[in-house]
Amino acid sequence: MNQPGETSATSTSVADARAAAATATMADAAQAGATEAPAPARGWSPAGVRSRNWARLPLGLIIPAALLAAWQLASSSGLFTVVQLPPPVMVLEAAGELLERGELGIHIAISTQRVLIGFLVGAALGLVLGATVGLSKLADALLAPTIGALRAVPSLAWVPLLILWMKIGEDSKVTLIIIGAFFPVFTTVSLALRHVDRNLVEAARAFGLKGIRLLTTVQLPAVVPAVFSGLRLALAQAWLFLVAAELIASSMGLGFLLIDSQNNGRTDRLLLAIVMLAVIGKVTDALLGLAEKWAVKRWA
Amino acid sequence: MTTVLPSRSAGTALGHAAALPLSFRGLRRTFGTGSAAHTVLRDVTFDVAAGEVLAILGPSGCGKSTLLRAAAGLDSPSAGSVVIADFPVQGIDSRCAFAFQEPRLLPWHTLQANIAIGLPTGCSASEGKAKVARLLELVGLERFAKHRPREVSGGMAQRASLARALARNPGVLLLDEPFGALDALTRIRMQDLLLNIHRVEPATVLLVTHDVDEALQLADRIIVLGNHDANGPGATIVRTVEVPGGRPRDRADAELAQLRVSLLQTLGVDGH
Repeated sequence: MNQPGETSATSTSVADARAAAATATMADAAQAGATEAPAPARGWSPAGVRSRNWARLPLGLIIPAALLAAWQLASSSGLFTVVQLPPPVMVLEAAGELLERGELGIHIAISTQRVLIGFLVGAALGLVLGATVGLSKLADALLAPTIGALRAVPSLAWVPLLILWMKIGEDSKVTLIIIGAFFPVFTTVSLALRHVDRNLVEAARAFGLKGIRLLTTVQLPAVVPAVFSGLRLALAQAWLFLVAAELIASSMGLGFLLIDSQNNGRTDRLLLAIVMLAVIGKVTDALLGLAEKWAVKRWA
Repeated sequence: MTTVLPSRSAGTALGHAAALPLSFRGLRRTFGTGSAAHTVLRDVTFDVAAGEVLAILGPSGCGKSTLLRAAAGLDSPSAGSVVIADFPVQGIDSRCAFAFQEPRLLPWHTLQANIAIGLPTGCSASEGKAKVARLLELVGLERFAKHRPREVSGGMAQRASLARALARNPGVLLLDEPFGALDALTRIRMQDLLLNIHRVEPATVLLVTHDVDEALQLADRIIVLGNHDANGPGATIVRTVEVPGGRPRDRADAELAQLRVSLLQTLGVDGH
């Protein structure tokens, strides 16, 4: 569950980059006529980023390594029983065993599939409805109160209804994840569109841009960084809701592995499921982070 | 009234539309309603001949920009109208092109792509590309075509903004203090550039400025906006001046210096 923290850290660094760009632009304007020379003002040099990344990877591994050592120590010193906290090796063996039987792959695949479908559909709906509400005052007046009220419903409250309507199957789980992924994207997109630089929009309108062309030329590119922060929050929500859905009723998936291991007293498998959730969640978030970095560089 | 510019035919090479005459008829603009109503402009009536360069002077907040925005169709007057070549302005007008005080370029596009935004609708891709290339050359930015706005200086960005306006083949070019944010040296260069451009692409130019020297240097005629509080709120035309002599003008000319002092007095500043 470290995704929300991760996301906010990333948006801070995005804000930093934009501030740097703004300062550079001001400096640029200040020296305007003096030389008329181009001042390639880049917020960060590619070389700088690379060297920082090299330093970051080992630094980021220190705490996981320490945790692993503490875990090993805690279980081998007899502080906890094997049932409470099996040592890392046992978890690894559990992973090997489940892998051999082909179960771990299925659990991971089905969970990832649910998250991806739910995330994609929810994010797409959030993008479309967020754009509509952000751009049209009529749509805002019409839809915003309803969507706001629906957002106020704690999402798990939908579970009984979803199960009643869709039975315990893929549909109810994916729908819950769609609900989870929808709101962060909807909120960030609709807010960001309302705060697009009016001067830029006016300039584009003065040159005859309107409707869809205005949207695709000015408004959407202007909100790309905000869209990506929304997407990263949505992805974190999607994993959260996946586990909720699978804990409640499922026969496959990492959430099922959690509840099934709890019922069978297999703490090693339980820990395995948690580690898998952490690793896969982090990997998908990192992939989205790469896309975000590219998009911010391209559009901001 | 108008100084007919030499080598007007040179402009046809760039495929521009002909310069268009325009007139403001009894223009009035009131913001807000009821007790909060605030009249900015009233009874503004004047004509601009095709190809003329007209400077609009006035203290800040007197409605100079509102006047231009009415001509572009970005703002609609409370009363009166703007007529360009016999057809009144209704909504965003494709016969006009606007250059703002700030460059207002899209930061995620190259200068080249930003200029292309100004191209009129129905312009073919190859035509547009050639036109943008010629404009880049005209404003001296051909080497920076692929740069982003934040990678160039303020003066260069402002030139790109001017080129974007010219890409529209405007009959009327509306310039809202386009050089106001630039340093003195760059401003003089930009003024010379504007005169060159006007020779090549002789649109009718409305130039809003608060710089008396700039108006004297560039315009055929200057109108001064100001308040006559006795006649009710809102600014209107308080003075119209024909600027003597063809361009380019000597910045140290004695006659212009006298005119400068007198204009500054109209604006409420002692010129001595």
